[in-house]
Formats: sequence, C-alpha cells, structure tokens
Amino acid sequence: MRDLLSVDDLDRAEIEDLLDLGDDFVEVLGRDVPKVPALRGKTIGLMFYEPSTRTRLSFDRAAKALSADVLTFTPGGSSVSKGESLKDTALTLQAMGPHLMVVRHKATGAPWRIRDWTGLPVVNAGDGAHQHPTQALLDLLTLRRHFGQVDGLRVAIVGDIRHSRVARSLAGSLQTMGASVTVVAPSTLLPIDTQSWGVASAAGIDEILGEVDVVYLLRIQTERGGGDVFPSVAEYVSRFGLTRDRADRLPDGAVVMHPGPMNRGVEIDPQVADGPRALVTHQVSNGIAVRMAVLFRLLTSEVPE
Amino acid sequence: MHRTLRSRLGGPMPQVMTSDDLDRAIRRIGHEIVERHHGTDGIVLVGIHSRGVPLAEQIASDIESFEKVRVPVGELDIGLYRDDLASRPTTRLGRTLIPVDLSGETVVLVDDVLYTGRTIRAALDAVLDLGRPRRIELAVICDRGHRELPIRPDYVGKNLPTSEHQKVKVRIKGIDAEAGVWIDEGPPADA
Repeated sequence: MRDLLSVDDLDRAEIEDLLDLGDDFVEVLGRDVPKVPALRGKTIGLMFYEPSTRTRLSFDRAAKALSADVLTFTPGGSSVSKGESLKDTALTLQAMGPHLMVVRHKATGAPWRIRDWTGLPVVNAGDGAHQHPTQALLDLLTLRRHFGQVDGLRVAIVGDIRHSRVARSLAGSLQTMGASVTVVAPSTLLPIDTQSWGVASAAGIDEILGEVDVVYLLRIQTERGGGDVFPSVAEYVSRFGLTRDRADRLPDGAVVMHPGPMNRGVEIDPQVADGPRALVTHQVSNGIAVRMAVLFRLLTSEVPE
Repeated sequence: MHRTLRSRLGGPMPQVMTSDDLDRAIRRIGHEIVERHHGTDGIVLVGIHSRGVPLAEQIASDIESFEKVRVPVGELDIGLYRDDLASRPTTRLGRTLIPVDLSGETVVLVDDVLYTGRTIRAALDAVLDLGRPRRIELAVICDRGHRELPIRPDYVGKNLPTSEHQKVKVRIKGIDAEAGVWIDEGPPADA
C-alpha cells in the first residue's frame, strides 16, 4: 500500500490488516502515555482546502501520537486568496519536506492530482462527494469492535446519499467486508448511479426499522445543494428522521451511527444522539486509531516496485 | 537426548541445550530472582514478544511452585519502539498487556536471546512509557555477545559465545514443537 485514495483500492485482507492495527492503536491510546515513537523524524503535511474540524484534528492527533511532526495548510489567510493554484501550493508544501500528504478538497480527484504532482504518498481525507476512505475505515473498526465482526451485518445508510463521500466509501467497503447495505433517501437525494453500487434501496426509514443492525445517518449537505431538493425540514423528518419513537422500534442490539457534524432535530433526535444505541463518540475516538494505522502502514512499509 | 535440526544451508545444526537443560536454566533463574529480592514482593515479570512471553509464564510457574506465590506476568510488544522501522516493515503488532501498575515495582524483562541489545533498548523505552518502576532487570535464556549498546543481563540461562554469522535458535514449550537451543552455523565466514 503506497497511498490511500479510495476504499476501492483495498481488498478484504488489507482492510482487516488496517483494522487489526487500529485495534492495537486503540490500546496505545488508552495508555498513561498515549504516544509511541514509531514515526519519529517523519513529517506529515495536512492540506485541508475544505472546512473540517474532526477529520483534521483526528489526523493531527494520530500523527502526534506516533511522534510525527505535522505541517498544516488551510486556505484561510494563505496565498490561495492571492491567486495561487492548487499545483503551486502543493509543490510549495512539498518543498518543506513532508514524507506524506493528507488532502481534503472540494473537487473530486484532487488527491490523485497532488500525488501525481508531488510523487508523495497521499491519503485522501475527503474529495468532494467522491471518497473519504479513513471515515469508512473508522466506521468499520467501530462496528467490528462493537459486534465482533462486520460480516453479515445489515446496515441502512439514511439521508443525503447523493452528496455524501461517506456513503460512497462506506457502502463499498461494507460490502467488501460481507455486510449488506440498504440506502434510504428521497429519490432526489439518491445518486443517479445507485444501480452500480449493488445495494438495496428504500423510500422511507420506516421500511427498514425492523430489520437492521445499524442505522447510519447522514447530514443534509446544504453546501452541496442537498437542502434544495425536498419541500421542508418537517417533511424530511417525517419520512427520514430517526425520532425517539422510531429508535424504540429498532431491534434489540441495533446501533445508531453518524459521521458528524450532526443536525440534531433533523436527521437524528437529540435524545437518540445521546442515547445508549449511539456509537458516535466511539466513532470519533476510533478515528484516531485507524488514522494511526493508515499513517503507520504507509510510512513504515517498503514500496513494492 | 540431543537432537539435530537442519540449518539454513541444510547441514546439521548443533544443539547446545536440551529441553531438560532449558527447564533447569529457567528454574534457576526463578530461584535467582527470588534470592536477590529476598522474596517475591513487588516483582513483575514482563515477557517480550514473542518467545519472552511464555518464558516469563514458565518462570512465574516455577516461582509459584517453590514460593507458593503467583507473581504478576505482563507482555510487551516493542514493534513501535524499534529503531529500524523504516527499513524493516512490521507485520501485526503483538499485544501489550501489563496487569498491574508498574510504579514502584521491580520489573524483570524476559527474552530468549540477548544479542545487540537493541531490542532491550526499545523495551526499556516501552516500559518507561507505561509507568515508573523502581528498577528494571533483565533475564535472558542465552547471552550470545556482540552488544552494540551498554546493556547487560541480570539473569542468564547460558552464556553462548558466537560469531556474528551464526544464529542462535531458542525453541520453547508453548510455541514450538520441540524445546531446546541450537546454533545455526550459517554461511561460512569466507562465503
């Protein structure tokens, strides 16, 4: 493994390997001194062209827990506002000597371009509505730690599927791991290529409540136009929101996940978000561990020529 | 009974300790640990993955048989502390599990072979990140020399002078089919 750009690049054995390592790093993060010297002397560039709190902080924490140094670039107050191109910014950051780049950008494919321009290993931290592989890996780690395995789980992904890189990455990798996936969304929030995903679909959340192990909720991405395609928030909640009443109808043992940021009262009821079924905080803490696993693998493995 | 394994080159590999020799050496190390500390108070055995872990267990069982006290046994993986991570890719990390708070305790690190000392250097860093023991000691089955760091063992099963092209193979109960210690001659010096 040289880069992590898309979950489609990972086969089941490679995903299992990263999750195994993720388990090891969960243990490391629980120690009195949650820091190991494994990547001492390595520098990791974080290029975040889109606003991000949890993902950027999570990569930052992961790098530092492995004793790597971090170079952070965000466009606010940078030369981007003076007209610098993506390529020139990437080459400038590269000249400062990072061993790996973590890239988030609103344009699909930007991490691939940056890899080609710089020749550095690149981790895709989200490109447009396309891919977000470390989010998928942290969700798989959270599910595997909770249920013991991912194989055979029934997962419903509910919400703005169309604009969601999380849904794309998660649906693909869940199937690689042997889980079955149903997407639940208004037809206007389903991508036109859902057929090729190999997943089932449902037109309302009530259809799937009785027979799922995992309800994975997504935010409506107003910044990508997701708010313009249904009549009102109230109507969205009435057919797709996970209300308290609906949460009560889930099978025993079923869990609720959300990649954040949450819009409480829209896709998820505030009390459900804080309730016993919610794995949201586990997702955040497992995210650090799985990103440690990715950085560790990419920076300590020999590159097969 | 001495048995002969096949070496890397296909030739016979001389055995230097039998399974019984190994058991006696491990039992003696258990006695020495208890003798030096006038008992078992505050002693924690920590095995280094992979073969140090069952060795530490065996020392603990021996101590229990003659002292009637079970000393705590931990296990330590030093994969994240190695100084050659960049050149030697890692596989799965082993488990690190220390069942007690190490603060103020006497940690006895247990490993099969002491060679350059780099593994022990990594283990010292790893233990010190896990707590602040009162002291750290080292027990090894074989000390084969060729140290690259100022590290020495406190308890030794057998001193085994070797040349650098040789390999020392310690096989133990619980991991390997047959227990004992062998020297693999490796390629001749002029090869």
